[in-house]
Amino acid sequence: MARSSKRFISLKISALALLLFVALILSIGLGSLHVPVLDVIKALVRMGEAKYQLILFELRLPRITAAILVGAAMAISGTILQALVRNPLASPDLMGTTSGATAAVVAFITIMNGQISVAWLPLAALVGGCAASALTYMLAWKDGSSPLRIAMIGVSISAAFGALTIYFTIAGPTYLVSQALGWMAGTVYGTSWNHVIVLAPWVILCGLIALFQSRTLNILEVGDQIATGVGVSVERKRFLFIALSVILASSAVGIAGGISFVGLMAPHIARKIVANNNGVVLVASAIIGALLLLLADLIGRTVFVPMDIPAGIFTAILGAPFFVYLMYRQGKRG
Amino acid sequence: MNSLLSSDKRKALGFVAAVFLLILAAAASVLFGLKSFDFATVIGSYSSFTGSDEQLIIRTSRVPRALTAAVIGCSLAISGVLLQAMTRNPLASPSILGVNAGAALSIVAMLYWYGAVFSFSQLMWFGFIGAGITACLIYIIAMIGKGGMTPLKLILTGSALASFASSLNSLFMLISNETLENALYWLTGSLSNSNMNHMLQMLPYFFIAWVIALFMCRSLNIMAMGDDVATGLGQRMAWIRVVTILVVVILAGGSVALAGPISFVGIMIPHISRWIIGNDHRWVLPYSAVLGATFLLLADLLSRFLLDSKEVPVGVTTAILGVFFVVVLVRRKTLGQI
Repeated sequence: MARSSKRFISLKISALALLLFVALILSIGLGSLHVPVLDVIKALVRMGEAKYQLILFELRLPRITAAILVGAAMAISGTILQALVRNPLASPDLMGTTSGATAAVVAFITIMNGQISVAWLPLAALVGGCAASALTYMLAWKDGSSPLRIAMIGVSISAAFGALTIYFTIAGPTYLVSQALGWMAGTVYGTSWNHVIVLAPWVILCGLIALFQSRTLNILEVGDQIATGVGVSVERKRFLFIALSVILASSAVGIAGGISFVGLMAPHIARKIVANNNGVVLVASAIIGALLLLLADLIGRTVFVPMDIPAGIFTAILGAPFFVYLMYRQGKRG
Repeated sequence: MNSLLSSDKRKALGFVAAVFLLILAAAASVLFGLKSFDFATVIGSYSSFTGSDEQLIIRTSRVPRALTAAVIGCSLAISGVLLQAMTRNPLASPSILGVNAGAALSIVAMLYWYGAVFSFSQLMWFGFIGAGITACLIYIIAMIGKGGMTPLKLILTGSALASFASSLNSLFMLISNETLENALYWLTGSLSNSNMNHMLQMLPYFFIAWVIALFMCRSLNIMAMGDDVATGLGQRMAWIRVVTILVVVILAGGSVALAGPISFVGIMIPHISRWIIGNDHRWVLPYSAVLGATFLLLADLLSRFLLDSKEVPVGVTTAILGVFFVVVLVRRKTLGQI
């Protein structure tokens, strides 16, 4: 029984990975210039025509890779948070991570005004995201943390950082307003290999640590007392997981801006498909998050041609009804 | 609950003091800014109008701005009181619940589809409709599921709806450059474009809403005790809820149409009033109205001096001030049960 269900799960994960791969190939081919699937595959093995080679490798592939990494980072971050807070509605947006990172990035753009290399952007986002989530967590801490206190203080901290973002936008030159707005909505437009190289190590490293520690995450999810009982140092592990979640979310924001709701949706879809074991859910959720953002970006750059609509807008449009559904289901289960 | 002022006489005196403070704040708002004036100039611009620059600034910018700030501050504070009493949730307010964002979205959507062809009275109705739809949505969604409308569900629903609305807002702004020009205006509230005509057009609606709210004080007291008690005392709850929501929609939607979404006034002021005079809505409501107006006037005054060269939208100032307040509020012992 256990063996067969295990095999069944790995089958499902492989199916998801295959789906992601198909979406990847399709996504590379589609765009303002359509490249046939066969040519895409030829180009990928470096045997395609020169003009395709340029478009695919220098423009589309970095953007798509970035979308996959960002989506996966957001999804893993959300999975960790939902298990830690023991609340299915938690997400990086709720902790103030996203808005803190956004404020830091906009401050970076407008105050530095392009004098410092973009390579430092993720670092700025990281600092902002960590600061905002640390603030939320510390302020909500009062003989332990309660979901409502975290939600309430998180919402307010987000609002304050939103206000700061607008303050920085105004303090800087006017021509940067549009750029900052696009950023705030969340987009992978214009990402290059440089961005990918900056982002990838963080995502892979943090993702792997989370995966290796997933057993601890399972125990933490059950309850602090039981976790202590089986010999887990609760506070230290919890801090580790929050740090992982914050680093993942804010480095993603550093590349792509405020992509909302992916961190909320992906873990739920993953749990629906595979078992309730955090190790498996982490993997599935990362794939689904990548898939979500890849598709959102695909819609954004193909449906409204010649305009390029930020992917974050589509994830939000999809995410809000999803949230209502979650609420409904949570109510039914009791 | 212990309050600062206990006897009716002291409460009345305190109210007079609050009104006095409001007048001072309004005067300061007219007098100080990038250019500062003295009283004689202000009086002169209405008694002996010569058309000089100074008099024009006072008549077309400063005075409308001060009046708009007062009217909006008062309206937002009242809608906060009503929402907090109705949902029995100390954290309810038009901005947290997403009503402001909904109103802004409806206006931006109309501007996007039809361009800037609307008169202010039309925009005002778009604001009302947007606020109304959002309020109904939040109410319905938060009622779904176990335990009815719990505080956590209400807040999560509100924040989800608000982020949904602001995403759509940025979508409209990004695909249309014309709309983008007003972008910041609809992202956060600002009083710098206040217009006397707009304010006067809105005033009758606000006034009716204020009066209805004042007449509802007793019902609010009963509603705050819980549905069972209220029904037992012969209150028709459904009817009162509908009226409350209508008043909130007019006040919040109208405020957004006048100045964009201004956050945290609706959450802070009712708590400050309750801290001063206790839980009786017959006092909380008038106090909140006066204190709300004073607060927004002062916040607006402050935002003129935050940056050297440009004005900061007042919505930014209230949000930053508001956060400290909410943090203290959420951590307070009386909220221990949440």
